[in-house]
Amino acid sequence: MANYGSNDLRSGLKIMLDGDPYNVLECEFVKPGKGQAFTRVKVRNLKTGRVVDRTFKSGESVEGADVVDTDMQYLYYDGELWNFMHQETFEQVTADENVMGDAAKWIKEQDSCMVTLYNGVPIAVTPPNFVVLKITDTDPGVRGDTASGGGKPATLETGAVVRVPLFIESGELIKVDTRSGEYVSRAKE
Amino acid sequence: MKPADPAGKAAPWEPVASLETLQFKARLLQRIRAFFIARDCLEVETPLLSRAGTTDPNIESFALRIGEEQRWLITSPEFHMKRLLAAGSGSIFQIARVFRDRERGGRHNPEFSLLEWYRVGWDYRQLMAEVEELLRHLLPVDPGPARYLSYRQLFLNYLQLDPLDADFAALHACWLRDHGPVQGLVAGDRDGLLDLLFGAALQPRLRGQGLVFVHDFPASQASLARLRADDNRLAERFEVFIDGMELGNGFSELTDAQEQGRRFAADLQRRAGAGQAPVSRDELLLAALGHGMPACAGVAIGVDRLCMVAQGHAQIDATLAFPWERA
Repeated sequence: MANYGSNDLRSGLKIMLDGDPYNVLECEFVKPGKGQAFTRVKVRNLKTGRVVDRTFKSGESVEGADVVDTDMQYLYYDGELWNFMHQETFEQVTADENVMGDAAKWIKEQDSCMVTLYNGVPIAVTPPNFVVLKITDTDPGVRGDTASGGGKPATLETGAVVRVPLFIESGELIKVDTRSGEYVSRAKE
Repeated sequence: MKPADPAGKAAPWEPVASLETLQFKARLLQRIRAFFIARDCLEVETPLLSRAGTTDPNIESFALRIGEEQRWLITSPEFHMKRLLAAGSGSIFQIARVFRDRERGGRHNPEFSLLEWYRVGWDYRQLMAEVEELLRHLLPVDPGPARYLSYRQLFLNYLQLDPLDADFAALHACWLRDHGPVQGLVAGDRDGLLDLLFGAALQPRLRGQGLVFVHDFPASQASLARLRADDNRLAERFEVFIDGMELGNGFSELTDAQEQGRRFAADLQRRAGAGQAPVSRDELLLAALGHGMPACAGVAIGVDRLCMVAQGHAQIDATLAFPWERA
């Protein structure tokens, strides 16, 4: 992989620190007028999600991480691993529970996901920002109540539980924002 | 013209600064000139392509090869202006374009405008007072009463650390208390840690504090300032901040040619040790100091930074027609 000089660091770059891949979140150039120059970064460990800060003296370099975000289709869960397929090369990869994280509760077979590969191996799976899922279980709807703020829990076909408005019925399709885990609207097929 | 667009949404040929900002900057330059002309300070022009480079290991000059000859773009008009002072110019000012390689960030562009002036017969305290007057004259909103804080007091107040006494380990521990590790820090490099603490831990504390002068820097950071006669641990150097933004740096200027020669030599040794590009020291400046430069104080203020503060821009790009990437 390419090396990056401290001056080339930008948010979005993937770099190696202490043997782990990191994503650069923020980057700040610090230099008192007559003083030494430093580049300060906030980075997220792509394996653990932990955010840490790091400082590089000007002129230091850091190794790039072989991390690529790839669109893949979710094929099936085999009881232990989630199986994904690259839509152009048909190459298949598997992700375990740790790698799946929250993504597991939002996706259905055939859904497209962003799979983050580090040296070709999945380290994170990001579901689409919005998914449409069927409600399998919720308290009976309260007709006409389209305004009250209360809401109620609803279990979705994937097992996820989200809060929905009172008028929503079991069996309905709803659109959910996977980033916040919140109900967005009713949906059609 | 479209409004300021630091995020770079405009087409690449388009300016980043808004027309309003460019107009403000034009007025700013006029007001600066009027301020100094009214005070009998002579405007001068000096070369941008110098036969000598900046020896300061913390500042990189752009080097140009012209035929067989090596030249450097100035990082400040300081050396040439000092030669004018030695020739008897009296107090002088200049608004110059200056160039500093690899300085790029939210508050840095490798090419920028510097207002630099020298007051013959003054020391840094008198000059700080004039900087205050100038800023009051230029800023659309009065920055309130100025606060004067020594470098040492700043460290004591906010970090409970004495920058003159603390050893490398104490400074390092202080940094690591609130921040992650520093890659490339050389063990024993006290000044590197002082710069980092100053720039990243203390400067942000000056936000919301209006006009602040930090003065009496440690002798190890004297740059081109003379040391205090009553305490040679301190240099007669100051930096001026508005709401945590560093605007400028000033000195009671070093006039001793021999001491200047020693500082050049120490700089060049540090550069060689760190594997930095070699530069030629300015023999003409040394000759001028040898001839005799009157006691004086000088300061350089970043005009683009001043424009940022006056207009409330968070990014220097918002004050530049064409920042580095669009140059």
